[in-house]
Amino acid sequence: MLKKLTEEEFKRRAASADRVAVFKEFLADRETPVAALSRLDEDEEAFLLESVAGGETRGRYSYLGIEPRTQGAERRRGRLPRGHRADARGSSRQKTRRTYDHKKRKQKMKTHYGIYGGQYVAETLMAPLRELEAAYEAAKKDVAFARKFNGILHDYVGRESPITYAKRLSEHLGGAMILLKREDLNHTGAHKVNNTIGQALLARRMGKKRLIAETGAGMHGVATATVAALFGMPCEVYMGAIDVERQAPNVERMKMLGATVHAVTEGSATLKDAMNEALRDWVTNCADTFYVIGTVAGPAPYPEMVRDFQSVIGVEARRQCLEKYGRLPDEAIACVGGGSNAMGLFAGFLDDPEVKLVGVEAGGKGLASGEHAASINGGRLGVLHGAKTMLLQTDDGNILDTYSVSAGLDYPGVGPEHCHLHDIGRAEYAVIDDDEAIAAFDALCRFEGIIPALESSHALAEAIKRAPKLGRDKILLVNLSGRGDKDMENVMRYKASRASSSRV
Amino acid sequence: MNTPRITSAFAKAESEKRGAFVAYLTIGFPSLDESEKAIDSVIASGADIVELGVPFSDPFADGGVIRSAAYEALRQGVTIDHVIALAKRVRERHPETGLVLFSYYNLIFSKGLEKFAAEVADAGIDAVLAVDLPLEEREELLQVLRPHGIGYIPLIAPNTPLERVKESEAGLENSFLYVITVMGITGARAELPRDLAGRLDSIRAVSNLPVAAGFGISPKAQADEVCRHADGFIVGSALVKRLAEGKEPCLG
Repeated sequence: MLKKLTEEEFKRRAASADRVAVFKEFLADRETPVAALSRLDEDEEAFLLESVAGGETRGRYSYLGIEPRTQGAERRRGRLPRGHRADARGSSRQKTRRTYDHKKRKQKMKTHYGIYGGQYVAETLMAPLRELEAAYEAAKKDVAFARKFNGILHDYVGRESPITYAKRLSEHLGGAMILLKREDLNHTGAHKVNNTIGQALLARRMGKKRLIAETGAGMHGVATATVAALFGMPCEVYMGAIDVERQAPNVERMKMLGATVHAVTEGSATLKDAMNEALRDWVTNCADTFYVIGTVAGPAPYPEMVRDFQSVIGVEARRQCLEKYGRLPDEAIACVGGGSNAMGLFAGFLDDPEVKLVGVEAGGKGLASGEHAASINGGRLGVLHGAKTMLLQTDDGNILDTYSVSAGLDYPGVGPEHCHLHDIGRAEYAVIDDDEAIAAFDALCRFEGIIPALESSHALAEAIKRAPKLGRDKILLVNLSGRGDKDMENVMRYKASRASSSRV
Repeated sequence: MNTPRITSAFAKAESEKRGAFVAYLTIGFPSLDESEKAIDSVIASGADIVELGVPFSDPFADGGVIRSAAYEALRQGVTIDHVIALAKRVRERHPETGLVLFSYYNLIFSKGLEKFAAEVADAGIDAVLAVDLPLEEREELLQVLRPHGIGYIPLIAPNTPLERVKESEAGLENSFLYVITVMGITGARAELPRDLAGRLDSIRAVSNLPVAAGFGISPKAQADEVCRHADGFIVGSALVKRLAEGKEPCLG
């Protein structure tokens, strides 16, 4: 049994031993061992030892460590650790002892994903980004911050969100089992709130007095206005004038929550222009203002930070799937505009190579039509809003207007980490057009009694395509990132216009 | 190799005991032809260096005046290629004037960096400024500019630490430090910040490159005040505004 050491006791023992065990206890009930490992293994050689399966009946222990004394490697079918093999041949054990270099760790803050990411911002924003990086790094290590964040997710958002087996839909398709991660059941009706709570907590920790945000469909705006009300902070939301019109109910919600909504009329008057205006506000007011970015785009550290706050989706879903079905899903599928709900889902499975990760981009009227929002499938490498990423742009480098029936996917760029996952083949990115998304929307309504957001309907449509080709023993996990109440009018309008055009 | 015209422009101004006048114009506004004439007239009115602003669809660092000008230029189909071609014509008429290509980075990156550098050199452009390319990210561009002897102009913000000012100018030639006077976007301000003089003095004390101040400078009196603490001043929005009003682009 370990007992607490006083400083004196520690010194006394240290005098005669080369190692003295010390320990600290903290609550990590939302932390998986793999997530904890990922914090250790950036640069150091870290390891995780887990007890065998059967954690329900036996106690489950995980040992995490760095600087292993011996390393093993699996070679072909032989599973002997390298150290043992070396011993067998009579040579000495390989030793890997390095000093744990905190300074090096600190400098290794992730700003790039392969060739993507970075901090392509005006010089005036470099100081606030440095300040944000430092605050976020500190918050990440602070158990109290994690406890507060998780507490709000539990008590206020209503997490955890369940996974639902879409039984009738799956049986109708006659193939793989479709599971839905129910982010639509969160307070405010989408995954966006996970991130805004994290960022607002960080803003408060940094002493920032005012929140600003950009929004496309309005879900991120609503989620930001919500936390602003919760924390008693003034909030201003920038929204393209065209989006203000097509997402009127969300504009009313934001106003009701006490936020000021600025309709941005210039440029293409959509999400990218809203982001431009938010950046102009931030560059002017960064001393007291926190810019709450709604997706895994923007300059570092936003892509990493937003992914981390959203990773609760994937971490929960992984555990739930294991608990309920005793295995991991075969594929994890999510829609990608900027890509925050997808990164959140993927984050839970990045270390499980057997789980296929599938992002779904908005195909609008089809890739060939040019009217879409599929940056990875139809774009070209460029630099916008602080990051190097795949962009929909003209030959001479101006940013194109995008189109999708779903306002939340209507953005000409995409999170840099998605581009990287695509390059290295860890994730694949499919395209679903408007018609397919609407059909999936209808299917979920009729078969499951769930009205999905049009964004999430894209992910669902991809699952509907894949399920019949797979056996009944396969599991497709779909992130149902939001509910569709906000889209009712759009869907009706879309159907009306299709009906009239098909009559012609 | 290009003549280091940026360096000599500041040297000339200093020998005449005045600050160098750097004029910014959005190219393609009100039209390409009128831009070209406007460049001639700012040079005639004493501009030592002209910044050729390339219109971009998402000008997130700019105030209303320059944004409107950029949108109008884009509406007329003006691209970075037009701006480079125009620079080449201007260069033939004005062999001494410093020319700076002022752009958002995507327009440069999108052309292909090698190709961009070669074309810019061929046009007789002296230096490049990319609004959204800070110290951390600029190396890939500097690598292609250096062999052509083209300078790079770093921005220095009110919140840039002096240590970083040193890093920002390290390894740069034929350049100047573009000191942003205010937190925020481009555009004329009625008053310049009170601590600007002190800030300029301390930047100058650590810097080997000439120091020019910009953002918010319009009347001649403001420029004169700035030049007591800087080697030059930059006027942009005020000139573009005069063009928008159908006036000659000169200092009011």
